[in-house]
Amino acid sequence: MSVLSGSVTTTRPRRLDEEGLPFDDETAPNPFRAIADPAEVEARMGIVIVGHVDHGKSTIIGRLLADTGTLPEGRLEQIKDLCARTSKPFEYAFLLDALKDERAQGITIDAARVFFRTPKRRYLILDAPGHVEFLKNMVTGAARAEAALLVLDAGEGIQENTRRHAYLLSMLGVRQIAVVVNKMDLVGCRQEAFDEFARELGAFLATIDMTPAAIIPVIGRDGDNLAMRSTTMSWYTGPTVLEALDAFRSQGEGVEGPFRMPVQAVFKFTNDGDDRRIVAGTIDSGRLRVGDEVVFYPSGKRTRVKSLEAFNRVAPSVAGAGESTGFTLAQQIYVTRGELATLAHEPQPVTATRIRASIFWLGARPLQLGRNYTLKLGTARVSAHLEHIERVLDASTLESVTGRTAVVRNEVADCVIKLRHPIAFDRASELAATSRFVLVDNFNISGGGVVRDALTAATPRTTSTGDGAVVALRPSVLWLTGERGAGKSALARWLAGRAEHSGAKVEILDDDTVGALFPAGESRQEQDLRARRLAWLASRLEAHGAAVVVAIDSADEEARRYARSIASEFVEIHLNASPEILEARGRSRDGLAYEAPVQPELRLDTGRLSLDEAGAEVIAWLQEWSSQS
Amino acid sequence: MSTTLTAPTASRASRIDHLDQLEHRSVHLLREAYASFPHLAMLWSIGKDSTVLLWLARKAFFGHVPMPLVHIDTSFKIPEMIQYRDRLAAEWRLTVIYGQNEEALAAKQTFPDGNVDRLTCCGNLKTEALRRTLSGEGKRYRFDHKLGKYVVDTNTEPYTGVIVGARADEEGSRSKERYFSPRSGENNWNIADQPPEFWNQYATEFAPGTHVRIHPLLDWTELDIWEYIERERIPTVSLYYDQGKGERYRSLGCWPCTKSVTSDARNVQEIIVELKSGRFANIAERSGRAQDKDDGGGLESLRREGYM
Repeated sequence: MSVLSGSVTTTRPRRLDEEGLPFDDETAPNPFRAIADPAEVEARMGIVIVGHVDHGKSTIIGRLLADTGTLPEGRLEQIKDLCARTSKPFEYAFLLDALKDERAQGITIDAARVFFRTPKRRYLILDAPGHVEFLKNMVTGAARAEAALLVLDAGEGIQENTRRHAYLLSMLGVRQIAVVVNKMDLVGCRQEAFDEFARELGAFLATIDMTPAAIIPVIGRDGDNLAMRSTTMSWYTGPTVLEALDAFRSQGEGVEGPFRMPVQAVFKFTNDGDDRRIVAGTIDSGRLRVGDEVVFYPSGKRTRVKSLEAFNRVAPSVAGAGESTGFTLAQQIYVTRGELATLAHEPQPVTATRIRASIFWLGARPLQLGRNYTLKLGTARVSAHLEHIERVLDASTLESVTGRTAVVRNEVADCVIKLRHPIAFDRASELAATSRFVLVDNFNISGGGVVRDALTAATPRTTSTGDGAVVALRPSVLWLTGERGAGKSALARWLAGRAEHSGAKVEILDDDTVGALFPAGESRQEQDLRARRLAWLASRLEAHGAAVVVAIDSADEEARRYARSIASEFVEIHLNASPEILEARGRSRDGLAYEAPVQPELRLDTGRLSLDEAGAEVIAWLQEWSSQS
Repeated sequence: MSTTLTAPTASRASRIDHLDQLEHRSVHLLREAYASFPHLAMLWSIGKDSTVLLWLARKAFFGHVPMPLVHIDTSFKIPEMIQYRDRLAAEWRLTVIYGQNEEALAAKQTFPDGNVDRLTCCGNLKTEALRRTLSGEGKRYRFDHKLGKYVVDTNTEPYTGVIVGARADEEGSRSKERYFSPRSGENNWNIADQPPEFWNQYATEFAPGTHVRIHPLLDWTELDIWEYIERERIPTVSLYYDQGKGERYRSLGCWPCTKSVTSDARNVQEIIVELKSGRFANIAERSGRAQDKDDGGGLESLRREGYM
């Protein structure tokens, strides 16, 4: 007995009794698997299902999977077995809530991924949890989606999370949405009740600038209007849920926009005689061709694309949005992770150190005025200071409040953020992908946002740091940290050399200059104590106008924090290289455990950078820093 | 200020198909991992998934694999898997490292020795061996390309980023994974409190003593894997194919706990035809893996404690 014996939308499934299995006939053709040529199928579309807790999202997906025959038998057997053993009635939702914890609590705790296909295309269904504590999981699911199903319970109507989720969808950029009014049996499957919902919902969605593609009355448990048209609600003539899914348009990647590629890394793998220097990244929008003139922001450096590179295929002559690519440059300019690659003849991005942004906060710890966070936009990573909270919007009531000093979990706010150094981006109204950022608080991504506007734009840096350029170091403590062999002393000397003729006072504190008076010590305690003593000395030298470059072993995070706390201008530079390189440079095997800094101002991979490149990186950072403060 | 950004040229040259889409995302994730973790390793089980992952690394890094490949050798792996591992290591100039729970093996605390049940055996020979190999407490054996054999690795630095080939469609608990999934010092996975992940931003910051698992293959299905193997002509271990006995392995593990499936698919193309035919549609991919069945959530319990 096949569930699906005819056309998808007109045949009703056999009603399932407690024992009945929907797929006990393997031989009947299944229209959802009968795809002649998968190459004809579009790339997979991500669909997120959101809504208030207990409104039946997981049941709807479970039932859709069952009715379309997309389930592996093992899964259904496993869940049914477990239900039988624990004397619980089988529910379709259990198919998704496959984790033990969830079965115990009866709520979905994460955005489960489910694969699914119709004759039209493949889907990746993301089941987002409705429970308020798990909003961050809903955001995780929704951000991957191209379209959304918003589920609500006909018996309960529009609830807090219905509004919150709809608002977040609009902020996350999910514009295609269908509303599923579930449990219609609770209102007697009446058309008047449904029409009332549809009016109320339409009005609410209009306030947040969203237009649903369809509003569909369903009974998830029985499958009415999911894969099959309902016979009990014959008054409804709109699409079923499956039809609504197939009607969503796949948002082709942003090929139409200007070229934007955040630089992930610049690779130079020298083994086997490979001398390519490849700028690598994933294209957010637009396209890139061999010969194009590229400009990197915020540095403003420019050159032409010499070649596109690829492994195990013919090197392409063009690469477009959505592609992870790599290219070599006609001239060897120094660019690094965090810059935004653009094209010279296209609209430029914005470069700024102060931005106005809309933010949603997910962290358990509130977003506090005056505190510092790490902001990550594209591949750029910068220390960010929350300067002003303009207004806070309660995402469930959409009321706005001014004069707040903190934004708590699940709230949305408009804020002004000051950045430690300039980054490149686009305004949300102009180009969504490169306007999006996250805020990291204490190792955790705790919020997301979009840049609305730049408040003070820094102009791209034009100064050269080429060979022999003289650089003035202002009074400050430049603390170089890293394991032995990372290249601290060499870099300190390089920096001091560049500053020598600038008139700046520069002091180096490293093993060569202070080793005799302040011996390195054997134990961890001795090493820490030495780091603290030298930190104090450095802060005094700084107070008298010197730029102090410290390059000693400082394995202890606590000691470095102390150094930061007593200096007035402190720049922590973390030097690192692969273990193989460090060992080749003489790092001892019994070295004291090194605690890498959590948020240094600058990280340098001295295994991949030459000394000149590392030095140039530091100077570029210092120049940007000086230009803004 | 208010102009909408539109480039002058706008016609799309070629459509990205779904394998391209998967490849691009995986490559992006691999590069993010490489940029974020100075002590990065990739787990290589020798199976089809982690071998596709290895291939994707060569894509991401333009023919290079700039990180060690860690293999947990339970000593009960099917011998052909080990031969295949060492052949690719030599041909592709890979940094291959293996580790094992030598104490448990010496004390015969294994299921094949008849002293513990399957789950405990997995716990000893995989989970614990993996934990100790990643942390550097356990011995690491590195393939020395000059000597052509394994030597004890002098690097005992803990790996802070570990790339794993788990796929969401394999099994329930894996569908809950993040691309970047922080683990505690004891390798534990806190499923209820995972970091949010959106807009290509991942949990690349991590507290001292913790590490991050990276899952570039999360969105791939079994069929995707085989179609990609075919498209790219990736070499795979012959255990996946029928050698004339009318059976093949669909998922590879230790010989005492891995069963073959009835199949006469002799090559990649025939496996793809077989998968598309729906012959296995109602049989879970890991159904031949006995440890999954030993309690209500066998693999899930293992994964919470650090199993791959």
